[in-house]
Amino acid sequence: MCLAIPAIVVSVEADDMATVALEGIRKPVSTALLEDVAVGDYVLVHVGFALHKLSVEEAERTLQLMAETGVLAEELAEMAGEAGA
Amino acid sequence: MKYIREFRDGGLARKLAAAIAREADPDRHYNLMEFCGGHTHAIFRYGVQDLVPANVEYVHGPGCPVCVLPVRRLDDAVELALKEGVILTTYGDMMRVPGTKQKSLIRARAEGADIRMVYSTQDALNVARDNPDRQVVFFAIGFETTTPPTAVAILQAQAEGLTNFTVFCNHVLTPPAIAHIVNAPSEPGEKPVRIDGFLGPSHVSSVIGWAPYEPAARDFEKPVVIAGFEPLDVMQSTLMLIRQINEGRHVVENQYTRVVTREGNRKAQSLVAQVLELRKTFEWRGLGYVSDSALRIRDAYAAFDAEKRFTVSPKDSREVKSCECPAILRGVKKPTECKLFGTVCTPDNPMGACMVSSEGACAAYWTYGRKRGAALPARGAAA
Ligand code: SF4
Repeated sequence: MCLAIPAIVVSVEADDMATVALEGIRKPVSTALLEDVAVGDYVLVHVGFALHKLSVEEAERTLQLMAETGVLAEELAEMAGEAGA
Repeated sequence: MKYIREFRDGGLARKLAAAIAREADPDRHYNLMEFCGGHTHAIFRYGVQDLVPANVEYVHGPGCPVCVLPVRRLDDAVELALKEGVILTTYGDMMRVPGTKQKSLIRARAEGADIRMVYSTQDALNVARDNPDRQVVFFAIGFETTTPPTAVAILQAQAEGLTNFTVFCNHVLTPPAIAHIVNAPSEPGEKPVRIDGFLGPSHVSSVIGWAPYEPAARDFEKPVVIAGFEPLDVMQSTLMLIRQINEGRHVVENQYTRVVTREGNRKAQSLVAQVLELRKTFEWRGLGYVSDSALRIRDAYAAFDAEKRFTVSPKDSREVKSCECPAILRGVKKPTECKLFGTVCTPDNPMGACMVSSEGACAAYWTYGRKRGAALPARGAAA
């Protein structure tokens, strides 16, 4: 749970929230920790919060590595998993 | 795995391996502690240990947030969860960690406690909004990356006037843990670990920056290199550490310049500082009590502090007998030196926290290093 995963911002909403997309998953994340976030930015997402902005190259490199090693699948499952219940 | 072969055969990995072999002095032993479980995993998955000379040894550190939470705090969380009217929310990693008498949150749930896994503090707030007649406690654990989301949740709860949301705060800090590891007296009968340098945490440092490691590097004369989680990052950082050690330098260097700056994320830091403050001391599994190593909720936000809203009884908490997690977290033992490793204790039936979390050293050994790990010499043999 120390890992953070890169995702692209697809919309910016009120109250410091944004929606990020990754491999077909859309997820609301909080942007309360970042100064300004725009559609198209890559951000590092950790426990539902955007922690940091990334360059496209860095995001792609990290994602490729995570995909090839199987970590991506684990993180995506965690992201997609419904809370509660 | 195709990519792992490509990495090992790739030009850059080979060049770095050659440079490390050339620069590592054959007459000395380099014990490099990788603080984070994320590094432990990169080292195992890619077999980085095999690419460096035998006298360059990686020692696994306490950088697994689930692993360092002491049993007593977990037992307290179980007690909170069993209280009338309480819903306990927590990150998934915590669910299977065995507490005293192997009682985990999963077992408490089987006994009727209402415990819900959440992906983020936002989900925990939603549980509170949806259940106004229940008390919702968020069992917060983690290092500096996971702390800002907790602070934000408390501020949101206050802004909304949520009166049924509290946080059981167990957030811990990495720089004091690094200082403690190099400075702590060894346990009776235990060989002290000599660490020559640290691979510093990367995502944690993206929040706090790398400046907070400077006192430990300076005062204890141990180099720290903030290292990314990719295997090439780990190898490059290894080379940077070896150079510092050879030259007798001990400063903080930043290999992970792609993400980490000296200052870190100021906005996140100020949100944390607004809501949380240092605890005088806090217990870590394996390290014991470490001063100024954890955070508590400030009095101004006492209404959101589960430790103030509820009382928990004193208890005689204990690790599962024979579990070597504490010694592993201090870097003095390897998982394969635990009698239970791979026999009684497996990821399906974990006896200790280090086997539960995918960031734990025992889980890493189990997943990647079982066979090879068994043949490794005991730590410290060559020190
Ligand atoms: S193998 Fe299991 S019992 Fe042994 S130290 Fe690791 S977690 Fe504890």
